[in-house]
Amino acid sequence: MVIVDDLHVVYRVYGAGGDKGTAATALMRMIRKQRRPSIREVHAIRGMSFVAYKGDVVGVVGRNGSGKSTLLRAVAGLLPAEQGAVYSDGHAALLGVNAALLDDLTGDRNVVLGCLAMGMTPQEVKEKHDGIVEFSGVGDFINLPMRAYSTGMGSRLRFAIASSKSHDVLLIDEALATGDAEFRRKSHQRIDELRKEAGTVFIVAHNLNEIYDTCNRIIWLEKGRIVRAGSDVPGILDAYLEASGSEPQYRELRETADASRPAG
Amino acid sequence: MRNRGRVSGPGTFTGDPELTGLSNGSSVQVEDGDDLLPAEPLPQLAARYGLKPSAARPPVIRYLADLWQRRYFIVGFATARNVAMYTDARLGQVWQVLTPLLNAAVYYLIFGVILDTKRGVPNFIAFLVAGVFIFNFTQRSFIIASRVINDSLPLIRALYFPRAALPLGYVLIELQQLLVSIVVLITIVLATGEPLTWYWLLVIPVLLLQAVFNVGAGLILARIGAGVEDVSQLLPFIVRTWMYTSGVMFSIQTLKNLTGHHKIAFILQINPAAVYITLVRNALLKSQRLSIPGAAPYNKGLCTLYYKSPAAHLYDSAHCRPLVSNTDLWLYGVGWAIVAIIVGFFYFWRAEARYGRG
Repeated sequence: MVIVDDLHVVYRVYGAGGDKGTAATALMRMIRKQRRPSIREVHAIRGMSFVAYKGDVVGVVGRNGSGKSTLLRAVAGLLPAEQGAVYSDGHAALLGVNAALLDDLTGDRNVVLGCLAMGMTPQEVKEKHDGIVEFSGVGDFINLPMRAYSTGMGSRLRFAIASSKSHDVLLIDEALATGDAEFRRKSHQRIDELRKEAGTVFIVAHNLNEIYDTCNRIIWLEKGRIVRAGSDVPGILDAYLEASGSEPQYRELRETADASRPAG
Repeated sequence: MRNRGRVSGPGTFTGDPELTGLSNGSSVQVEDGDDLLPAEPLPQLAARYGLKPSAARPPVIRYLADLWQRRYFIVGFATARNVAMYTDARLGQVWQVLTPLLNAAVYYLIFGVILDTKRGVPNFIAFLVAGVFIFNFTQRSFIIASRVINDSLPLIRALYFPRAALPLGYVLIELQQLLVSIVVLITIVLATGEPLTWYWLLVIPVLLLQAVFNVGAGLILARIGAGVEDVSQLLPFIVRTWMYTSGVMFSIQTLKNLTGHHKIAFILQINPAAVYITLVRNALLKSQRLSIPGAAPYNKGLCTLYYKSPAAHLYDSAHCRPLVSNTDLWLYGVGWAIVAIIVGFFYFWRAEARYGRG
């Protein structure tokens, strides 16, 4: 369960241009006791409140720069809140697209280390190992260092590792987007299982079909604020599509699906 | 800033777009009856469900228990990094042995042959190599620990585990490396004519104490290095200065230039690096045990002769009074380790929730 209470997140970007960036200019700045040039503040999340319960799969949609990834990192406790707070009932696992856990090591060792880091015993790791490798579908690449992996393989393996244990909160930032159709189907199933184990899952994706398929709740962000939020997934997706100039389709899709289902 | 752009404040949720949407001018709509926001004030709700702020750090006991539970991870991490360290080199793991050997060779060339600092130290080669290897353990632990948090960001950001596992793991890696070096050292010690004695067993507790000290100091450096990048740039210079003052390539105990500067000599001798180096040397090298001040009954004549005359016998230094006795060295060795691990642990733990933040 995750409670986000009036959350504000501000990034401070140092050295965002300004001077020539040479040693001489840096020295002059220190002599003149000036601060770093142009510390720019980026107000990435401007007051968000919502509650996500156990078993919820919350989809987060919005344009680039609307604060989706920032929100996830704040929920994971990786970004300090400028104001407000995030409450959760455990530690969050955050899966992003950047590939490896430890780049130099083989996929195999990453599996073992990842599992051990999550607190499994060597015995448990042994039991789960083959399942993880098979799920990730990286095949023979498992014996190569992860820096040799494609982005897709890396994030698939990472998802396989992280989802091998149930987490209180699982945050998925576009990590499934790089998978192929088959992997998406499998990960969809896995997320369902995690949901049944009463965790809370957050998914950020630009692929709306994925949100439509997986999520029971949705949050639409714009410029760091919630535009709409709720459990009417098709409705909000359609509104989002409309706002970004596309054709709404999900409500219709849902209705068709409902209609084709045998009545009674 | 307060109240601007809020969809709803805690406990004030009404679902009324009139109230919530106007302040920022955007089209904020929240459906009526949306159960993403209950009516109860959110902090109260969080308290009722027993939720904690997600950036909270665990209490000390829990943290230690977590660390203990991750012991397999710490060991696995250490082993894996050790394997990965040389994967790009053609000689692979051979470098584990080659690196310390080459190090010793370079220092021998410079300080033994060119500068000839060996005057006054019996069995200088073994003396030097012991110093280089033992100091190298601390040096590498420090430098790696100062970078460990920033180097492991993907791992830290993806999974939760007690972050102290990382510096701990890296010091373990260095301990493994040191054990290889110790085999090399023992070969050199035997080859230079030192006898095999029971004193050698003392090396084990010394290395354990040094490892504990390195973990403690490494935890401090890991936190500093995580916050201030500049530290890992500066640290190599500080550590090198430390090396030159810790008697790695000369004997602080019998250094003739230091006679009369008791305070300086004392401080140099009780600094942790010098303490552990001296203890290892005294354990492995009979020539050291017999030549350090205090090894033989005090004899003013022989002692003065040692410091005044270039022709004095190497072992005459044993007749001087020791500034820091062997017992004191052990006490300082234990003391440094305990102080470092306690201070280091708490210092690192206090910032636990901040590691990995970009």
